[in-house]
Order: sequence, then C-alpha cells, then structure tokens
Amino acid sequence: MITGRFFASGADRRVLATILVLLAAAVLVPVLNLAVPQTSMFHVPTFMVALVGKYLCYAMLALALDLVWGYCGILSLGHGAFFALGGYAMGMYLMRQIGDRGVYGNPILPDFMVFLNWKELPWFWYGFDQFWFAALMVVLVPGALAFAFGWFAFRSRVTGVYLSIITQALTYALLLAFFRNDMGFGGNNGLTDFKDILGFNVQAGSTRSALFAASAVALALAVYVTWRIVGSKFGKLMISVRDAESRTRFLGWRPENIKLFAFTVSAVMAGIAGALFVPQVGIINPGEFDPSNSIEVVVWTAVGGRGTIVGPIIGALLVNTGKSYFTGALPDLWLFALGGLFVCVTLFLPRGVLGLWDQLRERSERRRTEADAPPPGDAPAIVRATPPAQAEPRGLGAATPEPQPAE
Amino acid sequence: MRIPRVFALFVAFVAAGLCLASADEAGLRQTIAKFATAKDFKATEAVVRELAATGDPAVEPVLLALAEGNLFVRKADAAVFVGKEAGQTVTLLDPLTGEKAGEAQKADIAKVKVNNGLRRVIRDLLGGLTLGSADPATRLAAADTMFRTPDAANIEALDAAIERETVASVKTRFEQARAASILVSDRSDEEKIAAIAVVEARGDRDALSLLTAVAARTEGTVRDAAESAIAQMGARLALWAAGQNVWYGISLGSVLLLAAIGLAITFGVMGVINMAHGEMVMLGAYTTYVVQNVIRTSFPGLFDWSLAFALPLAFLVAAAVGLAIERGIIRFLYGRPLETLLATWGVSLILQQSVRTIFGPTNREVGNPSWMSGGFDLGQMALTWNRFWIVLFALGVFAVLLYVMKRTPWGLQMRAVTANRRMAASMGIRTPWVDALTFALGSGIAGIAGVALSQIDNVSPNLGQGYIIDSFMVVVFGGVGNLWGTLVGAMSLGILNKFLEPYAGAVLGKILVLVLIILFIQKRPRGLFALKGRAVEA
Repeated sequence: MITGRFFASGADRRVLATILVLLAAAVLVPVLNLAVPQTSMFHVPTFMVALVGKYLCYAMLALALDLVWGYCGILSLGHGAFFALGGYAMGMYLMRQIGDRGVYGNPILPDFMVFLNWKELPWFWYGFDQFWFAALMVVLVPGALAFAFGWFAFRSRVTGVYLSIITQALTYALLLAFFRNDMGFGGNNGLTDFKDILGFNVQAGSTRSALFAASAVALALAVYVTWRIVGSKFGKLMISVRDAESRTRFLGWRPENIKLFAFTVSAVMAGIAGALFVPQVGIINPGEFDPSNSIEVVVWTAVGGRGTIVGPIIGALLVNTGKSYFTGALPDLWLFALGGLFVCVTLFLPRGVLGLWDQLRERSERRRTEADAPPPGDAPAIVRATPPAQAEPRGLGAATPEPQPAE
Repeated sequence: MRIPRVFALFVAFVAAGLCLASADEAGLRQTIAKFATAKDFKATEAVVRELAATGDPAVEPVLLALAEGNLFVRKADAAVFVGKEAGQTVTLLDPLTGEKAGEAQKADIAKVKVNNGLRRVIRDLLGGLTLGSADPATRLAAADTMFRTPDAANIEALDAAIERETVASVKTRFEQARAASILVSDRSDEEKIAAIAVVEARGDRDALSLLTAVAARTEGTVRDAAESAIAQMGARLALWAAGQNVWYGISLGSVLLLAAIGLAITFGVMGVINMAHGEMVMLGAYTTYVVQNVIRTSFPGLFDWSLAFALPLAFLVAAAVGLAIERGIIRFLYGRPLETLLATWGVSLILQQSVRTIFGPTNREVGNPSWMSGGFDLGQMALTWNRFWIVLFALGVFAVLLYVMKRTPWGLQMRAVTANRRMAASMGIRTPWVDALTFALGSGIAGIAGVALSQIDNVSPNLGQGYIIDSFMVVVFGGVGNLWGTLVGAMSLGILNKFLEPYAGAVLGKILVLVLIILFIQKRPRGLFALKGRAVEA
C-alpha cells in the first residue's frame, strides 16, 4: 500500500525527467558558459556555474540523507560528517598537487605542515598524490566509518531520537578532532589554496564547467541508484523497516542489516558529494563538521519532501537559493527564516513541497472524477497511500497524536 | 550635656594622634635626608640601620628603592626622592607617601649608590621589619617569602620572631621558614634532618621543590632523609592532585547536571527532545543580565542580591517560553519525535537570532556578587567560591526536583504518565496538562541553570549551543525517567572528562568521552538507569 506510490507511473516519470534535466544541464551549462560570448543573453556567468555546481553537491547530500531518513526511518544528524570526510580526502589530493608552488615551496609537505615545523609527511597522507587513490578514499573512508558506526548502533538497536543524538555526537567529535593542529589536517584553517586538479587549473572557467558537469552527472547517477534501490525488493524492506521495524523483525528479516546497507550507501553518496564540492568552493575546513550544518541538510530534505527522490533535490536548491539571497540582502533575517522554515515544514508540510503539489493535484483530480463518476456507492473507494511522512500509527487505534514516553 | 564633651575628647584624641604621626614622620624625614650627606657605603649603611631601627613599616618603600638603585638626591636642595626613570627625565616621588613630587632631568639629580653588601643588609633588615609587623597577614607573607627564598642569614631574625610570636599558625610558618633556612646553611646534619621533618610536615609544592633541591645538593644521611621525605610527600601530593581533579570534575558535572536535568524530565515524560533547551539556558543568563542592569542603575545597594531576584524571574521567563513552545508547536507533533526535534531546532534558531537582535552579538557582562568572587584553599586544593556555590546550587535544585517528583501529587502524575500514559489517562489524569506543565518545568529549570552559568561562562547568544550536546550525552548516558540517572551521569561524565584531560588534552579528552558513550550505548542502549517495563517499541 505504502510502496504503491513509488511504482505509480507518476513517480517514475518524475525521476526520469530529473535525470534527463540533470544530464542536459551537464552539457548545456558548460556550452553556454564557454562557447557563448559574454555579451549574449544566453551566456551563463562563471560565478553562476560555480554556485549552481555547489548547490548540486548539496542536493546530492540531501538525496543521500533522504535515502536513510525518507526510506529507512533513520534520522541522521551527522551526514555532514560523511560529506566533510569525502571533501577532506579530495582536499588532501588537491593539497599534494600544489607541490612546490606553496608559500614555503616545499615539494612534499603542504604549507601548514612546514608552518607547524613537521619534518616528514604523516603516513595517512601517503598515496594522496595519486588521483585514483584519493578517489578510492573518497568512497572508502565515509563508507567504512558509516559501516563501523552503523554496525555498532543498529546491532544494539539504538533507534529513534537516541540514534539521532548519537550521530550528532559523532559529527561533533569529528569537528573537535579536526580542529586540532596535531591531527595533520590543517587544523582550524583546513585545506585551501588549491592550484590544480588532474593537471587543470582549478580557477579556470573550463575546469569549473567540467566540475559542474561532473556534479550534475554524479547527481543524475545518484538519483538513478537511489531509484533502483528504492524500487527493488530491498527497497520495500527498507520501507517496511521504516514503518514497522519490529514487525519486519518478527517476519524473519534482519532490520539491522537493511539499515546498515542503506546507511553505508548513503554515506558513500555523501562522501562523493563532498569530494565534488571541495574543488568548486576551493576550501575545506572543520566548520563543515558543525552539527548545525548537518541539521540544515535535514531541512532541505524535509522542505522538498522526504520519501521522494526528486523532493530533496528541489529542497536543497530552494533553500540554498533562499539562503544566498537572504544572507546577501537581509543577513539578520536569515536565521529567522531558517528557523521558521523548520517549524512550518514540520507543522504544515510534513511531505514537503512535492507532497503539497501531489496533494493539490490529487484534489483537483478527485474533483474531476467526482464530477464524471456515477453516484457514490457503486464506485470502489479510492484507497490512497498513507503519506509516509505522517505519523505512523503506533499500536492499535492510536488515532490522535499522543506523546510517547522515552523508551 | 555629655555629647559635646565626648565629642571634644574625640577631637582632642584625633589631634594628638595627628601630631604624633607628624612628629614621627618628621623624624623619619630627618633620617632619610641623611642619605644626601652619606659619602660612602658605610655611612649609607648606618642610615639604613637607623631607619630600620625605628621599626616603622613606612620606611619599607625607601629601603626597597635604595636596594633597587631608585633613590635619588636632588643636587639643588639635597632633598631625597624615590625616582622612576623614563628616558632622560626622572619622575620624583615622595619617599614616605609615594606621592608625585615633580620631575627632574637626570643631570640635576644624583643616585644614592648601593652595592651588594648593602643590598643584603637591606634585605635582612626588611625581613626583620616585616616579621615584626603588627599585622599577622604581613608576618605570614614574610614567612612564606623567606621559605621560598631561604637564606642562612635569616635564621637569627626568625629565631627572635618565633620567640615573640603568639599566633600559632604564624608561628608554624616561621618555624618552617627557619627549617628552610637551616637547610641552606652549614649547620650540623642532625639539625638539618630535623628541619627536613618540619618542611615535610608542610607538605605543599614549595616544600617539595625545596627538598628536591636539598636532595640534589647534599649527601649522606641528609640526602636519604630528604629523599624519603620527597617520596612520602609525592604520594600525598598526588592524592591532593587527584582530589583537585575530582573537584574540577564535580564542578563540571554540576554544570552538566543543571543543564541536563530539565532535558531529562521532558524527555523522560514525553519522549520529546527539546533542541531549544540550550536556548532556555541562554534566556536565563540574559534575564540575569537584565536584572543586574536594572539593579545597577536603580538600586546599586542590592547588587549582592541580584541573583536572588534573577532566579525566580529566569524560571518564569524560561517556563513561559517553554509553555508557549509546547502549546504552540510540540503539541501538534506528538508521536513524531523526530519531527519535534527538527521543529524545536528551528525554535532555537529563532530564539538565538531574537536575542542577537535585541542584545547584540557580543558577550554581555554579568558580574559576580561579592560572595561569589575569590576563592579559598582546602588543604592543597584551590577552590573558587563561584564554583563552590554552583555545586551546592545544582545539588539543591536536584533535591527540590526529587522532592517534587516523589512527594507531590503533580510528581506522582508525571511519573504515572511516564510509566503508562493510557492507563494514567484512564485514571483521570489530564495528560495534556501534565505534558504542558512538565515542559514548562523543564524549561524553567534550564532558565535557572542559565543564572548559574552566567556566573562562570560568557553570556552570548551562543551560550546554549555549547551545552546542548553535552546535556544530551548526560541524559543518554544516565538513562531517562530517573533523576538519579541524570545525577550519576552528569557527575561521572564530568569527572571522567577532567581525569582524561591531563593525559589526552582537553579536546581529545572530550572526543574520548564521546566515543566511550557511543560504545556504552551499545552495551546499554537505554542508559545506566533504564526504566523497566514491558513495552516493546512499535
């Protein structure tokens, strides 16, 4: 019943359209940026390319969160940690690419290590001069952390708000750790001052367009993967874990394994998003681990509509566009707007803007069918899917919302 | 008419006193003036001794200035001044009162010459002078200075001082200073070993470093005695250091307890995590700021009572805001704990930004009342009054809450709702009321926690954020629905943090604690004091 929505042709069409739009953007935007003269009205300025490229990375992060939260019921307040870890892996590669062009001109050691009087490269920096190794780490480090964390957390059945708080503690601990200079990740200042990636200048317009295209393609790929996972039998299991974990367990499935898989895939996706994010903004610092960043990701997903594939992307784009506007025009009001967004979305839009859209369309459709349909009584009742974001009935007959004491 | 007579007598006394003082001062000035005519070191020494013989503490600055080479004679009128050099000019100060008495070019004045022999004489005489001071605190300070910089030449002066001394505690210090002086003198080994015992009995860090120096310098029996004393003192000092660490831990733990206990109540009863809890703490701190401002401008005499006024107000302000949040937002989200978490996070952003708009983004100054500033020593531990009172306050709040939960009808209803909401509702408990009041209570307690935290932390719009994750850790670690769990959780986390700090550093210590909690949750997912029940998660 619940899964029915996802197999409805509407949802499928929507996902396909998104993938096509993203792929088209991956081709069109670079062309409009590079080939069209600046005077033309079709020219896309370079700053716009970088900005939207950044948003696409955020959208991918929101999609990753949606996979665990919207489909598996795990509210992770620490997804920014995976994003930042992927970003750091990419940052380390970019740092090694600087070579002897740094301020201190040391061919091996990055500037901050020379500054801190380090004599040799720490072991965990080995291999990051190779792109393939860095790319591997972008996937492996967040994935391994998520696997280890999930292994412990899900096996001992840490659920609900407890899990959320623990994920928040995870990113908080990483924040503190990466702020330390002794860690060897640039401490407070993080990694910055990048020169080139794969031999191309990071600042150049063509590189920026290429990175934009890469982000768009990666996001399209992520949409496809999420869509396939969610549509598969495994996806049904994920949804059943979300809606009735105990029941799934009693039926003989292992919810902890299902969650672990979803969590790990999601972390890898977040890591890739972070890796694409760093060369486009040119810096990665421990601020990315800030728990409030991770919670902001949650609101992107919630605004767009969790439990949908396209929703988080729309949410991330909407909220970040709003943020760019507000922080430029009315900086004092941004936190009010963001706070209000949290409250309003949870109170009035539990299914996000996409859910609102669907609801409006359903209503108008119903009106049309009611007008055409024979008098009521003969027609089979239209069974609507339970909106996934609404309260799952807990126990029997829990009609009115009611507080649940902490277990 | 008695009063005029008494008054006249009083005036007479004061006048006589003034005459006496001025006569005294005149004599001192005459003696000081002799520096101008002293031709060599010997003559200067005679003047120094004459000054010291008066036994008047007023001569101290002159002698100190002489020892440091800051005593000058003006060539024009042979007047003596204490001088402060600044480039080519010298600021002249009156030798007795220390008041400014003009400036002079370097060429117009001559320095009173001093050598090492003279410096030594001055130091010894000064030591004797302060040892004979009328104020016990000055004598104590003099004894401690002599203990830290022992000199064999002090022994006689100390012997004499010990004879005279009547205050037992000061006498002990004198004896310790004497023992320290003996250890650096060339007295017999027996006397030195006896002195080591005296120094060991003192037992603080100064004594330890003195004995370490002695052990390094001497040989034979004295060295053995010193080393065994060092070993014993080391063990004792380590114990004191551990005690100090425990105190720091308790102090941190009580702060965590204050911040977390309101959270524990709301979470326990309603299963709702209030991300705006830290902002309630912040509101309490800002209430204190406002109360202090009003008191400063309108009733400056009541400043020491400012916290007493701030406490109920902070409780009311935070409780009112909490009630509004519960009635306005959380009520509609019951049964959806994750959404509640997000909505309250939004509320926290709004509250932060409101406070930032009203009070500005910078730290606000909240003063300590006089009874909360300063500190005191307990054995070898240093305690500050503000931390001390906060520990007591946290325990007091805990006791009151415990009483409310266990002994009042309202507490009974809260516990009933926690244990089984439906059954409680069937018994006629108005659960929505219990929810609202519980939320208000938890928020109000956060408010009074803010009053306490304003005394030790910066009052800024971000005050609450710093505590929120730690408070969650306490609640998760201690288990919900049981106040004792919160107490034990807060104290053990505080102490664990402070014990890890010396080995791992503050940041790494904190990380370790977080990792330990994450691991602990694996073992006991419901915390230390889990509520027992038959409920299965739906």
